[in-house]
Amino acid sequence: METKNLHSVAALFDTPEKIINAANKVKDAGYKKFDVNTPYPVHGMDKAMGLGQSKIGWITLFFGFSGAIFIFLFMGWTMAMNYPYVVGGKPFFSFPAFIPITFEVTVLSGSIATIVGMLAVFFNLPSLNDPIQDSDYLKQVSTDKFGILIQAANEKFDKEKVVEFLKSLGASTIEYIYEPEKEEFKILQPKFMVFLALVAILTSGGTYVTLNKLMYVIPFNWMDRQSKSNPQSETTFFHDGFAMRMPVKGTIAKGFMPYPYQGQAQPNEVLSNPTLPTKEILELGQRKFLTFCSPCHGNYADGNSRLRGQFPPGPTLHSDKIIGYSDGMIYNIITNGQNAMPSYAYQIPREQRWAIIDYIRVLQRAQNPKPSDFQAISQLKKESGKNVVN
Amino acid sequence: MNIDYTKELALVEGNPRLADIDELISRPLTQPVTKKYYIALSISGTALLIGVYSLWLTLYYGIGMWGNNVPVGWAFDITNFVFWIGIGHAGTLISAILFLLRQRWRTGIARFAEAMTIFAVMTAGIFPVIHTGRPWLAGYLIPYPNQHLLWPNFISPLLWDVFAVSTYFTVSLLFWYMGLIPDFAILRDRTVSKVKKTIYSVFSLGWRHSNRHWRHYEKVYMILAGLATPLVLSVHTIVSFDFAVSLIPGWHTTIFPPYFVAGAIYSGFAMVMTVLIFVRKIFDMENLITLNHLERMAKVMLLTSSMVAYSYLMEFFIAWYSQVPSEQYDFWARVVGPYRWAWYFMISCNFLIPQLIWFKKIRRSVPILFIISICANIGMWFERFVIIVQSLSRDFLPSSWHMFTPTLVDFGVLTGSFGLFFTLVLLFAKTLPVVSMVETKSVLEGSQPHHYNDDHNGEVGAGHANITAGVGAALNGGKNGN
Ligand code: HEC
Repeated sequence: METKNLHSVAALFDTPEKIINAANKVKDAGYKKFDVNTPYPVHGMDKAMGLGQSKIGWITLFFGFSGAIFIFLFMGWTMAMNYPYVVGGKPFFSFPAFIPITFEVTVLSGSIATIVGMLAVFFNLPSLNDPIQDSDYLKQVSTDKFGILIQAANEKFDKEKVVEFLKSLGASTIEYIYEPEKEEFKILQPKFMVFLALVAILTSGGTYVTLNKLMYVIPFNWMDRQSKSNPQSETTFFHDGFAMRMPVKGTIAKGFMPYPYQGQAQPNEVLSNPTLPTKEILELGQRKFLTFCSPCHGNYADGNSRLRGQFPPGPTLHSDKIIGYSDGMIYNIITNGQNAMPSYAYQIPREQRWAIIDYIRVLQRAQNPKPSDFQAISQLKKESGKNVVN
Repeated sequence: MNIDYTKELALVEGNPRLADIDELISRPLTQPVTKKYYIALSISGTALLIGVYSLWLTLYYGIGMWGNNVPVGWAFDITNFVFWIGIGHAGTLISAILFLLRQRWRTGIARFAEAMTIFAVMTAGIFPVIHTGRPWLAGYLIPYPNQHLLWPNFISPLLWDVFAVSTYFTVSLLFWYMGLIPDFAILRDRTVSKVKKTIYSVFSLGWRHSNRHWRHYEKVYMILAGLATPLVLSVHTIVSFDFAVSLIPGWHTTIFPPYFVAGAIYSGFAMVMTVLIFVRKIFDMENLITLNHLERMAKVMLLTSSMVAYSYLMEFFIAWYSQVPSEQYDFWARVVGPYRWAWYFMISCNFLIPQLIWFKKIRRSVPILFIISICANIGMWFERFVIIVQSLSRDFLPSSWHMFTPTLVDFGVLTGSFGLFFTLVLLFAKTLPVVSMVETKSVLEGSQPHHYNDDHNGEVGAGHANITAGVGAALNGGKNGN
């Protein structure tokens, strides 16, 4: 072999004392690129090789503190700023309760950073193609010999001299270690492409199966399969087959008020309106009218149904007939329904029914204003300048 | 039996050579599997299958398969969790705290104890996840911006637990793997099989035993030990917060953290002892895991058992001293109430029986130590049972008192947890070096240079045990003939 392929000259020693001595001598002889390989850490070797204190502790310190600060601020942000909610009456920013997790994350980030930093940065591992891999030398120092290795890359390296030198230190064996032959790995070789394709298929397929199938296999029901009956469904549990139950006969609902004209289309006598058309009542009436009545009767009760023929449109409520109806009569229609119009007794509470009627009266008045209304409007116009329309 | 305690005992008996250590420790990895091993594996495997089936029932039908019911919402599940987490504590204690205390005898047992830590934490980790009934929702414990825009509740002890246990597992695993790297390198260089060589090469990361690596390596080992020491203490502290931060009588006490930690070390050492007594017998490692190791572990057990016993008594004192009627009642109910049998189990196994360890004859008798360690395991399980089930079944409102009756599935899951643990232990013993080869070599007599500081030029390599060429007596695994 040629000299340029020589990586290093390695020597084996039998006892820890000899290797310490050898390391000292090699260092004193001025070699910089040498290494000592021992089956276990030998005390005093760092000094013999002229190595200082390991600085790796700084990594631990830095990453430990970074982890601590990050998680502390993160907890403060989530609990007190991003989504604050009261737990057990404690303050949002509960400093003492953040301590345990802060501590754990300090240890976690410190240790992971230290180990990964040591292996990947300090040691440059994994490195399976180091020249001494698989050499007899490494096998021996793995077991029970103590080895020293001087690299050919040293400035004043001379093969014969180094061998002489090592022998004079009491080496039992000398071994030449050669650079491994350079291996080329082409990206476009078929084996690699097949491998890539396989990985792609496996990951995408695996992800698909996991996210779409595996996660919904019994028993992983995401609460969409529950042992309960849905509304309107059948059941075998009850004799009558209905999943929904009827209230016991004679049950009176909370807040129930009997309506004396139940089921009468045109009663002679009706209730009278207990509300006054105050601003609040009218606004309530407007809201409820727009919710419940406007789909069929139109937004202005003019019969311009919003349902566009999907349901028989409600007639206009501006007809003389309705204007002539008493409040109680309209209340009766809302409560009982009339022909195609269903009853709204269950959707709209009593007060709101009256408020709707008050609002209908406002709509009707707006269609047939009195002269006094015009006066009032122009009065308002003068006072506020421009805010009133027309 | 006559030991001179004034001299430091040899850590490894039989004065083996360095190469013998490799041979001895890696022997179980290369030898064909024995009948004994298969029998052990089939037993633990059966237990594991029982557990898997019980777990399946639990997941399929829900945790209604268990005996838990209001007010006893936690029963076997959390009892098992605390029990196994406790078992895990011995490993880190041995590998970290004893390392910092320069207890070099830890070498023989550290690797095994660390492995047991990892397996025990794995076993323990199952329970908090399954006790929710819908383990597939456990992902919400991770603080990531999920679709509900909700974060986990960072001020809940249950979430602290998640962080503590997962940190503990990760750090233990890293620590353990780091110790294994040089041993993987040794195995890589010893093996002749190509498949094995590939596997060992990958795991050894190309380790070269270089001193330029060793110096950082030793430093990192020290740093990790320093980090793991408060960590191991914090884990069971936080587990105890699960109880101490709540208001249930019998739980709401400040003594819990130290009390739990002591109990954890006690039970952990007991479990390590139980397993090691088997391992040293089966794999002929009586020279590496010596009687002295067992004796020292027994002493740690005695110490922690006393601490636990002190806590038992102190709890009663505080209950009386606090003058809180429900607290007083709860402790009284432990002694005379419906769960008194569990309490008696706990007191006798954790306090009375370990008192035998005071006697040197007993400390050095393997069968008796074995029985004591089994008792300690049972006792510590019952301790958690008493704390959890007894306290819950007797809370503030007498009208809600209720007894807990375990179901078959409960027992199945418990059996399965032992099955999982011992299956992992058995697989470990057969696939990885159960004692650190590197560390054992470094504590061998004559393995470190003498007077390396004062005399560099002096006579080298003469005058003491010849570790590379000497005649080893350890290989036969017989009682040492020194
Ligand atoms: C589902 C559509 C629908 C809704 C919603 C509806 N109605 Fe009607 N309404 C009708 C129809 C259709 C009629 C005509 C009934 C008939 O032929 O007698 C009617 C009739 C009426 C009448 C009597 C008109 C007349 O000429 O006899 C009044 C008053 C009335 N509705 C008020 C209301 C009020 C108040 C609401 C809101 C609470 C409301 N309606 C909601 C469909 C509706």
